[in-house]
Amino acid sequence: MSSIGTGYDVSVSTYSPDGRVFQVEYAGKAVENSGTAIGLRVKDGVVLAVEKLIQSKLLVPGSNRRIQSVDRHIGIATAGLLADGRHIVKRAREESQGWRDIYKQPIDGPNIASRVGDYIAAYTLYSSVRPFGVSTIIGAMDKTGPKLYMIEPSGLYWGYHGIAIGKGRQVAKTEIEKLNLAEMTCREAVKHAARIIYEVHDDAKDKEFELELSWVCEESGGFHQMVPKDLVEEAEQLAKAVDDDDMDDD
Amino acid sequence: MDHFPTNWGNPRNEDGESYNTYPMASNKVPQGVQQIAGYGHASGHPTTHTQSPVVTGTSVLGLKFKDGVLMAADNLASYGSLARFRDVERLHKVSDFTVIGASGDISDFQYVKHLLDAQMIKEYNADDGHSLATPHVFEYLWRIMYNRRSKMNPLWNTFVLGGVHKGENFLGAIDLKGTPYQSPSIATGFGSHLATPMLRKALDNAGGSENLTREEAEKLLVECMKVCWLRDARSSFKYQIAAITSQGVSISEPHDLRPLTYWEHGRDVRGYGA
Repeated sequence: MSSIGTGYDVSVSTYSPDGRVFQVEYAGKAVENSGTAIGLRVKDGVVLAVEKLIQSKLLVPGSNRRIQSVDRHIGIATAGLLADGRHIVKRAREESQGWRDIYKQPIDGPNIASRVGDYIAAYTLYSSVRPFGVSTIIGAMDKTGPKLYMIEPSGLYWGYHGIAIGKGRQVAKTEIEKLNLAEMTCREAVKHAARIIYEVHDDAKDKEFELELSWVCEESGGFHQMVPKDLVEEAEQLAKAVDDDDMDDD
Repeated sequence: MDHFPTNWGNPRNEDGESYNTYPMASNKVPQGVQQIAGYGHASGHPTTHTQSPVVTGTSVLGLKFKDGVLMAADNLASYGSLARFRDVERLHKVSDFTVIGASGDISDFQYVKHLLDAQMIKEYNADDGHSLATPHVFEYLWRIMYNRRSKMNPLWNTFVLGGVHKGENFLGAIDLKGTPYQSPSIATGFGSHLATPMLRKALDNAGGSENLTREEAEKLLVECMKVCWLRDARSSFKYQIAAITSQGVSISEPHDLRPLTYWEHGRDVRGYGA
């Protein structure tokens, strides 16, 4: 890597001669090595799914959640450093409650994305701090419908129809592009999300993983919550079946 | 506005204010001290606290019955003796199995609703399979009220909390001094004089709230609301009833007490300006 040994990669407050900030790019590497996370914005809501790689068999199942609620109507899925992700969620919760304290109404999609985005961007500006090693997917339902955003470690964020971050993002994104998201319901999207996570999971390199699935939609009453057990099981069975078929083809 | 024409056109005197109320020397904090509790601020302004409620709601009634808890309150927010806002909801759903009813200062009630909502969102985010049930909310509310009275700046309310938790019916009240109280029947404000005797008598006759059906309890509450409306000059005929059972919370649309009352007595009365 051209950045190493040049001295331009040790601080976020120094540009390299060709205008890059290497520390931010390294933060991006932390995300690329993480288990995949995807977000789908469909007709009636948003579905978030995470391939949570299990660090140890001794861990209690369901621990180290990577999808969390920020408010009743907002969910966040992260990829990258687990602890950084938790910090971002903490901040997002503070922003969300802060908004309620001032405006006496729930924060909407664009505003929570902007608040969290600004916060992450601030950590790319000072030599005394390190950029966050996470990309953040925000799913929300507000007055005008379902919203989906992804924020990079640089603080850059866009709204998306569908997005994937982490290890399997390339494959996942091509799969998402094949979907007709605008016509899809969340119930269908859950199955696709599970299928894609199973598809991008690398059995050879990473052994075990837990599938985390959440949604914010009309069916959940505008609440962000983990997808009900029976639906997850159904989606997981379908995903496994499809995944096995693919294996046979190979 | 400076009312002294001789001062007009001259620079303002920054040290004083034209009504001679500022700075208030007696309340000034000694130099070098940031602030002394209840003493005053560095600005020289005295610390002020709520001395009385402003926009108020009157009685809230609560009654346990066999399968849950019923609560009732009218929809009026008075400004002194003026019936200022007539479509205010004083019964509020806190969670799936908890309702809060407020008498006293309406803006303090709005503030408390906000505090409770923040707390419920915190619980929701934790997503650990637990949620705050009625007794827990009651405890929280108690701390809020007691804490504020200890600052000599109370929230000017009496709250009634009704709910169902682990198969048990809960009904309690907390006043502005942070006094918690639980009973099978509760009435706040003027209702404590008007409705309490009716509710207690009915409970005694029934041999306890577990012998009261929902229909009987509802009929009793409506009768109490009617008496409150007839005798309490700060009440309204428009009221709501909340029911909390193991099925959850339901808060009714506003009902009208007028059809239940008779006013023809007054038709032939002469005098009193009529």
